Amino acid sequence: MSLIDTPKSDLKKLGLKERYALMTRDLAWEPTYQSKDDIYPYTKYEGIKIHDWDQWVDPFRMTMEAYWKYQAEKERKLYAIIDAFVQNNGHLGVTDARYINTLKLFLTGVSPLEYMAHRGFAHVGRQMEGAGPRVACLMQSLDEIRHIQTQIHSMSNYNRYYNGFHDPFHMIERVWYLSVPRSFFDDAYTAGPFEFMIAIGFSFEYVLTNLLFVPFISGAAYNGDMGAMTFGFSAQSDEARHMTLGLEAIKFMLEQDPDNLPIVQKWIDKWTWRGTRVLTIVAMMMDYMLPKKVMSWKEAWEIYFEQNGGALFNDLARYGIKPPKCAEWAAVDKEHISHQAWATFYQYGAAAPFNTWAPAAEDLDWLSEKYPDTFDQYYRPRYEYWAEQAEAGNRFYNTTLPMLCQVCQIPMLFTEPTDPTQICYRESDFEGEKFHFCSDHCKQIFDDEPHKYVQSWLPVHQIYQGNCFDPGVDPTAPDFNALSAVLDHYHLVQGRDNLEYEGSEDQTNFRNWRALSGR
Amino acid sequence: MAVASVGEYPSTHMDSLDKFHGAQLLYVGWDQHTLFCAPFCWPFPPDMKFGDVVHGVLPGAFGYHPEFAQIDWSTVTWLKSGQPFTPDFDKTLAENGLQHKDVLRFKAPGLNGLKGSGA
Repeated sequence: MSLIDTPKSDLKKLGLKERYALMTRDLAWEPTYQSKDDIYPYTKYEGIKIHDWDQWVDPFRMTMEAYWKYQAEKERKLYAIIDAFVQNNGHLGVTDARYINTLKLFLTGVSPLEYMAHRGFAHVGRQMEGAGPRVACLMQSLDEIRHIQTQIHSMSNYNRYYNGFHDPFHMIERVWYLSVPRSFFDDAYTAGPFEFMIAIGFSFEYVLTNLLFVPFISGAAYNGDMGAMTFGFSAQSDEARHMTLGLEAIKFMLEQDPDNLPIVQKWIDKWTWRGTRVLTIVAMMMDYMLPKKVMSWKEAWEIYFEQNGGALFNDLARYGIKPPKCAEWAAVDKEHISHQAWATFYQYGAAAPFNTWAPAAEDLDWLSEKYPDTFDQYYRPRYEYWAEQAEAGNRFYNTTLPMLCQVCQIPMLFTEPTDPTQICYRESDFEGEKFHFCSDHCKQIFDDEPHKYVQSWLPVHQIYQGNCFDPGVDPTAPDFNALSAVLDHYHLVQGRDNLEYEGSEDQTNFRNWRALSGR
Repeated sequence: MAVASVGEYPSTHMDSLDKFHGAQLLYVGWDQHTLFCAPFCWPFPPDMKFGDVVHGVLPGAFGYHPEFAQIDWSTVTWLKSGQPFTPDFDKTLAENGLQHKDVLRFKAPGLNGLKGSGA
């Protein structure tokens, strides 16, 4: 039947709902010559029981066509702003070149996760049996690859002028501190599709995402970086959709079968903790790396986790879900982790592709004010000592490798909840080998699935096994320098990308260029 | 508990003793001295003398701390996996019963970090 012959009533424009149904769920079909178990081999082994995939409520009714139009419009605006920022040498308008180190941290530690999330959602979308979650995962997968692209485009401008931006995808697979975020995502996408949805879709995107994006975007805004602020806002408008997907995923699992509750609860407990540990780098960024500070990590934790997260878990209580067990431990940690983490990067300042520095006197006073119960007593003395020593030409660089937690892979820098002066040690024996952890919660994650976590690729142990030198390097040669060989392997340009900020090339160039620009 | 898996799931220990070229890992932390952010990790030959670790290696790692030079090693107390441990400095790591990936903590009486802060 040609269009001309179509009865008038069929020509009326489809309603949004009808259109959505036809263009998404209606594209799925019932297989006839293959069994569903063969087509979707991963939907049963995790123990989650789904009786009716059609009960999935699509949290946002968007067709692919609408998706492309909407995102294309957003990106036209984004690139217009980025172009303007570049053409006006916007990088010289930021508060101070120290700020640029937060972008290096973001590009190396966060942006590669966007790509991993893209892959994860593509995989999970393929494995989900229902058309509703498949479409939602497809769109999120596309969002994530757009995010990595816009982030790289925004920050490539900095790469033209500043050190340390040149090789994040090489580094994510090698550099010691990057094994923390990388192993977090490796853990998630080697889990089954349901655990991935709780890990990334719910725990990370819903419970914790505001603690990642808001500090970086506000930090960019406070410090005059329009470029980074704009990609942040662009991504943030997708985050609302991701949060809704995570929430729908958890509600769907809980409504399908009561047996799903203990499994889902276990994953919430695990992934909230895994995410919280990864956010340690955001904590130090907020408290130590932003020249103009937005709020303290402790304040951010209280607003976004304790208050907003608390309301969320109240809402989920009707399904029998309890707040994650780690919340109490994290409530103690919020006073400490930013100070402990920056102290770590400060002393291992030779081995990361950004500059580090001891906080100035006014920064120490800000920290005292924000952390009245802990900072002066536990942390001020070490930072003052380091500043004095640096002044005297004895800047501290720790050159001995640290012990790492087997699960979160962070150096064992966290202290006992009951004693901030005592490093927290936990261990388990498994198949004749000892394994060490930073906390009860990392130990519990290991004890629950030891076969998985004995495979952790711990950077310190890998260096000692000889796996972190470039081909052709001879560790038995008389002039062999292990640290230098490892940094070469990381593609870290020594003396430029790393070490102290004071006197760094970035500091000098920024100062000279800004003077020339007349700002 | 076993991993939930669609098939067989082998145990692949990434850090077993055989991967360290004859060395074994030893972790050492100095209690109340978080100036060093975390305990240290080293690969040592099992026939290395304990005293050589303390006097030959620890100064390079902990020596930056102004209290390190004040340590009287005869009064230091040790913990291995959280339990009291009495090392014999003249014996090897193996003879002291130290195995791959053992963790030691030591405490030096009277030394509680910069301005008593535990750092």
